[in-house]
Amino acid sequence: MRLYEMTAAELSRRLQSREVSSAEVVRSFLERIDEVDPYLRAFITRTPDLALKSAGEIDSRRMRGETLHPLAGVPIAVKDNISTLALRTTCASRILENYIPPFDATVVAALKKAGMPILGKTNLDEFAMGSSTENSAFFPTRNPWDPGRVPGGSSGGSVVAVATGMAPLALGSDTGGSIRQPASLCGVTGLRPTYGRVSRYGLVAFASSLDQIGTVSTTAFDGALLMNLIAGYDPLDSTSLPEEVPDYRAGLEPGLDKLRVGLIRYGRVDGFDPEVTEAVNKAASMLEEHGAKVGEVSLPLTDYGLSAYYLIAPSEASSNLGRYDGVRYGFCADGDSIEAMFSRTRGEGFGAEVKRRIMIGTYALSAGYYDAYYLKAMKVRTLIRRDYEKAFKKFDLLLGAASPTPAFKLGEKTEDPLQMYLSDVCNITDSLAGMPSLAVPGGFHSSGLPLGLQLTARPMQEKLLLKTGRFFEEQRAEYPLRPSLDFLEERGGDYEI
Amino acid sequence: MPFDFGKEVDHVARLARLSLEEDEKERMAGQLSDILKTARRIQELDTTGIEPTSHVTERPAVLREDRVRPSLPLDKALRNAPRREKGFVKVPRITVSEQDQK
Amino acid sequence: MKYEVIIGLEIHLELLTASKLFCGCSTAFGREPNTNCCPVCLGLPGSLPVFNRRAIELAVTAALALNSEIRLWSRFDRKNYFYPDLPKAYQVSQYDQPLARGGYLEVDVAVGKRRINLERVHLEEEAGKLVHAGHSIIGSGYSLVDYNRAGIPLLEIVTAPEMHSGREARLFLEDLRTVLLYAGVSDCKMEEGSLRCDANISLRPEGSSILGTKAEVKNMNSFRSVELALDYEVQRQEKVLSGGGSVVQETCHWDEENKQTITLRGKEGSSDYRYFPEPDLLPLVLENTFVEDLGRSLPELPSERRERLREQYGLEKEEAFLLTANRELGDFFEKAAKAYPVYDNLFNWVQGDLLYQLRENDKKVEEIDPNLLAGLLQLLDEGSINRPVAKELLAEMVQSGADPKEMVRERGLERISGRDRLLPLVEQVIAENPEAVENYRQGKNKALAFLVGKVMAATKGRADPAELNRLLKEKI
Ligand SMILES: [Mg+2]
Ligand SMILES: [Zn+2]
Repeated sequence: MRLYEMTAAELSRRLQSREVSSAEVVRSFLERIDEVDPYLRAFITRTPDLALKSAGEIDSRRMRGETLHPLAGVPIAVKDNISTLALRTTCASRILENYIPPFDATVVAALKKAGMPILGKTNLDEFAMGSSTENSAFFPTRNPWDPGRVPGGSSGGSVVAVATGMAPLALGSDTGGSIRQPASLCGVTGLRPTYGRVSRYGLVAFASSLDQIGTVSTTAFDGALLMNLIAGYDPLDSTSLPEEVPDYRAGLEPGLDKLRVGLIRYGRVDGFDPEVTEAVNKAASMLEEHGAKVGEVSLPLTDYGLSAYYLIAPSEASSNLGRYDGVRYGFCADGDSIEAMFSRTRGEGFGAEVKRRIMIGTYALSAGYYDAYYLKAMKVRTLIRRDYEKAFKKFDLLLGAASPTPAFKLGEKTEDPLQMYLSDVCNITDSLAGMPSLAVPGGFHSSGLPLGLQLTARPMQEKLLLKTGRFFEEQRAEYPLRPSLDFLEERGGDYEI
Repeated sequence: MPFDFGKEVDHVARLARLSLEEDEKERMAGQLSDILKTARRIQELDTTGIEPTSHVTERPAVLREDRVRPSLPLDKALRNAPRREKGFVKVPRITVSEQDQK
Repeated sequence: MKYEVIIGLEIHLELLTASKLFCGCSTAFGREPNTNCCPVCLGLPGSLPVFNRRAIELAVTAALALNSEIRLWSRFDRKNYFYPDLPKAYQVSQYDQPLARGGYLEVDVAVGKRRINLERVHLEEEAGKLVHAGHSIIGSGYSLVDYNRAGIPLLEIVTAPEMHSGREARLFLEDLRTVLLYAGVSDCKMEEGSLRCDANISLRPEGSSILGTKAEVKNMNSFRSVELALDYEVQRQEKVLSGGGSVVQETCHWDEENKQTITLRGKEGSSDYRYFPEPDLLPLVLENTFVEDLGRSLPELPSERRERLREQYGLEKEEAFLLTANRELGDFFEKAAKAYPVYDNLFNWVQGDLLYQLRENDKKVEEIDPNLLAGLLQLLDEGSINRPVAKELLAEMVQSGADPKEMVRERGLERISGRDRLLPLVEQVIAENPEAVENYRQGKNKALAFLVGKVMAATKGRADPAELNRLLKEKI
């Protein structure tokens, strides 16, 4: 087994026992990136020199006998909407193409403090708006299980990096499914923590009341390792939660006795692949066989959740993205007046999907429409939270699909925004309610593409999610799942990008 | 109810300071009409007496102490500014209509 | 037709915190441009706001001083608009759930005391500052932006439309300023922009109860220009209305140079701020005890002090007014009065010579030790010095802070009195001026004054004039 095929936990063990050096580990991942990334394009910016430099530092600190963080020396990839000091942070947008932050996001500062070398910044849908990573202003990322398909989005780059061994771990962000949906489309594990559990300081805002930074990993245990590092109160983010951070690794051993699981019956949601429903049902039986009590639960507002989400998120986005005006940073168009400069900068700097959402949001907040759109959506959000409260009176955990279908084809939905939005239908209500939610591999579609399960728990119950995620891993013959990437050999060097 | 976003496009684009090409406007009008039609489905729900949720975190704001911390050095603060002059950020002529909305 | 003038004011006030509302940058005035800035106040992507406790305390204190009702639960909203001095393209402000509602201020206007009601008091963030290539915004080829000011805590106070002239508006503002200075929440400098005022003004036929169309006047940079601008606007609207025209709702800019208002009307008409609750800040929830503690530590306010000064020191209304209009002057008076309880004399010296010398020497009253003035007046009352010497000493005291008692001792300035000390001087003058002595003996009273003057010259005015007169008469 090569180093890049190992889990973060295994790398951590070998680093701590000094079987390998961080420099060796980082080199292995860098070589893998060189081999795979030209075809899949998970990274916007690669930082091999920086990664090797911090690996070297960690190695010499370890040589000196310093006590290090368990993840010290384990490299990581960071979604390119998370601010990195002196390192270009683009949000996959032309408007921030050359933007260099003068500060680190709180999570990035934590990675650096722990001594995790950063391999690079990963691709995403522009400003995290999208479900396929096709909305990147630079290039789309491809699905490693089928390069003709999308990896999902918006954290497509992070997910593909982890799925293919270009990074053992990655940070993503999830506003309305942006970690969970791509994780399920690429066969990896993605955690959206409780809103406020991980600091948002330095995460470029899309929809502030929904955005959360989360983990992408090949196993639930690796997710727990990373959560130990990034979760917690941050005095720089006043929406972050002060509750103590548990050791997410402790007590993850399977044992489902008396676990009450609610199997979600979706209401009138179109476009569900029957094999997805089958996979979810199978997962439910597995839980039941191992001592869990499974019952059915309906979240009747799922369908309305999508509508509410597509008012709330764009509204907040329209405000959050006002700052890209060509004055202090970012792309700036010419204009002989301030008005002309503002409008041209934004008209030319933003891509189509971002502009669509800014338009919807501006409209939904504007005079005369606020009550009918934004305010109404926020009331629906209250109803959705009540749905959850009700469900969690009966169940400890909700089980459903992380995506209604396996990965779809590149270009299939780019001309139809509504169809694209529907691919997040399973993820959105959790986001609106602020609940933690985990996507974990749930077998394969007959086409050979991976399918994902989604687990949702009460606020702050990430550990229960990870524990259950771990249970599903143990049921599988092999994990982590690795795509074969045969196409690299088949197509050789002339694979069309 | 039929819904046409077409007549709103110019006004909303102006509010959002987005210059749009003609064909872009047309495409957007169609797409936004569809999206908003779906979004309007929430009107079917009865929300009488329901408080809106603007924050899922049910706790009050935290307050920090009034202590001065170092600011960014000027070169870092303005590093990304496209147009600078003598330590200031430079912007084009400010029009009456832009000033009036203040 | 006679018109009634209706004026409402919107006052913005920078609060006296050390750091900004949402970040740790300094609020110091006059720094090099863009050197008090960080990711938060520059609105860099990913930055987030955190409340400054002191700003909340000062805002609550100000609201309490203005008799406004503090709301224990309030919320912050985003006011969205594009302008180069607004780093995030929204201002964090309070819209439908402000920190405080209602309130009033008792103002002495021409017709006596009037209560001007307030509608609300709320907290928001300051924007940056624009510097223009030309002398004003309009017509400048380009502008320069300084974000040092961006994010300073700003208090907005909105009055009811209850003032009826430029003068009333000015008096209200001056009183408001005094109250806020007493409360210690702001330095209230209109010249530096830490106190700013916009006005809504409309006219209606006398007796009518329907509000006329209003104009909003901005850019008034002194109390005087508030009065001038509103008076100008009254005349302008009167002319429009009596000419059969109607006032258009508009924003105008006070042009200080040409003493007139200029219309600023955008082609798009009124703005649409798309307010919505700020998701990055949780609601502001205050404990009752927090507000009560601030209420208890609220200093005595000018109106209360005015009453007390009149009662305690027997001062006239105008006298008490002078001492409250300037808080430090009142403090000086009260401290001096403890050591020198001849209140009317003290007040006369404070109002007269002291204020004169402060102006002459460009000093502030807080730089002077009130006990020194008290000591000086005691010397005068005891007869140790005379009035001209006292005035000279006061001047020196203000200039250098020297203690009059010391100066008197060191320089031998005390009055020369007593037969023993004066008699040799008198005899010497009689001996040296036989002509004048002769003239006096022949009934020329002027000659006596001449002899007195000679002694005074010799003693540099320190001789006791009454005793000197007596001795001269006796000896001649
Ligand atoms: Mg305001
Ligand atoms: Zn700052």
